[in-house]
Amino acid sequence: MAEGDHAEAQIELEVFRFRPDDHPEPHFDRYQVPSRHDWVVLDALNHVKNEVDATLSFRWSCRMGVCGSCGMMVNGKPVLTCATFLEKFLPGPIRVEPLDNFPVVRDLIIEMNDFMRKLQMVKPWIIRKQEKPLAEGEYLQTPAQLAEYKQYSMCINCMICYAACPVYGLEPAFIGPAAIALAQRYNLDNRDQGKTERLRILSQEEGIWACTLVEECSAVCPKGVDPAGAIQRYKVTGATEWWKSILMPRSNG
Amino acid sequence: MIEGTANQNPRYTKYHPKWHRAKIPIFWWIHKLPHIRFIARELTSVAVALYACILLFQILAVADGPEAYARFLAWLKTPFSVFLHAVAFLFVLFHSITWFNLAPKALVVSLGNKRVPPVAIVALNYAAWLILSLAISWILLK
Amino acid sequence: MKKSIEPFWWGLFGAGGTCAAFFIPVLLFLNGLAIPLGWIDAPAFEHVSNLVTHPLTRLFLFVVISLSFFHWAHRFRFTLYDGLQLKHLNLLIAVLTYGSAIVGTLIAAFTLWNI
Repeated sequence: MAEGDHAEAQIELEVFRFRPDDHPEPHFDRYQVPSRHDWVVLDALNHVKNEVDATLSFRWSCRMGVCGSCGMMVNGKPVLTCATFLEKFLPGPIRVEPLDNFPVVRDLIIEMNDFMRKLQMVKPWIIRKQEKPLAEGEYLQTPAQLAEYKQYSMCINCMICYAACPVYGLEPAFIGPAAIALAQRYNLDNRDQGKTERLRILSQEEGIWACTLVEECSAVCPKGVDPAGAIQRYKVTGATEWWKSILMPRSNG
Repeated sequence: MIEGTANQNPRYTKYHPKWHRAKIPIFWWIHKLPHIRFIARELTSVAVALYACILLFQILAVADGPEAYARFLAWLKTPFSVFLHAVAFLFVLFHSITWFNLAPKALVVSLGNKRVPPVAIVALNYAAWLILSLAISWILLK
Repeated sequence: MKKSIEPFWWGLFGAGGTCAAFFIPVLLFLNGLAIPLGWIDAPAFEHVSNLVTHPLTRLFLFVVISLSFFHWAHRFRFTLYDGLQLKHLNLLIAVLTYGSAIVGTLIAAFTLWNI
């Protein structure tokens, strides 16, 4: 791409490097990258990998903020690197690190099986006691019914909320913001009949009760899901169900 | 083992020793402003319990008669007590403000088909706070 | 899955926080600041005594004081877990916090019953 006669402005990236086969401790590498008006941090990282240091490893995919792959810490804040412009950090340097609260496998890549496990634990799918036969047609839903859970359906599983949640960092058994928000997405869906099943999992001690409403999860969510709100609502549900189970015990629980 | 996850690989070790795990420092909460505000909010509970104790002592003083009550009022006038109450008052105000501002997160109310806007819930809480405070002032001071 | 008792303590925390949010600021301000500093005249002892001995007031004071203690117990317990990373002492902390809230409630009940 032809540029003007002037030297291109540069900005420095300080990137977390961790290569366990070479050295047990991480270190930071510094790279000068072009500081282009329309570049995001992900563009800078790809520039490094393509032009400077092919050994740098990181996850990314859609580069447009919908896949949730490129979450990293940029200057201490968990963000989608495909949505974070370099210009914001002039004159730099920009510190890029892997997401907090997760084990680091290599460079900027974190181990995410804990999140995947917790996500599956909350059964994030429509649970029916009895499936409607296909011949009876679709499950109908009014716009008002959709509005009940739509916000929570915007989650892209980027785990930025887990990186921001101090409780998740301290208590590894905490189910975490996104998983609880997604559980609510299905609990509040009129087509779902799985509230009781999810209640058993969520009402364990570290299920939702470790949450102390720090609210950083909602502050950093790139999709406006508001997991803190989902958790808070579920605490009220959980407490109500607890009292119901004490005062009106049902044999089929 | 959950079906469909990487855990199905028999050579996969759940806690791979080569992973890097950063330790969270004890004072993790002094580095970022939202965390400091969070801990300050949590510590308001100490001011709440402290005042509940003082209130209990005041009731005990009333129960013990006019002289005991007069002694308690004298203690309330001491600089130590005034300072303690002033600090506690700031914390208790912070508790009320943060509590009412968070009310819409817990209280999701729908009237018919429409969701009550969060700002209305907050406003109702503040209005109730004002009315109840005035009522108590009137009862105590009339 | 073992059923947790956390929802119970959280419920008390929520009720206590709500009572405290509505009632403690005005009580603290009047009794602890405005009257001692002379901004408002202290009510006569007879008035205060009649007020406190009234059954409704006694109930009100009991609820506010007791729930405030339980609000503190639950919140402080988690502050110790997260703020000072003392979760390994969770049984001790739970006993000390909820235990003192229970003791405080009993003292308040005894006092207000006999006043």
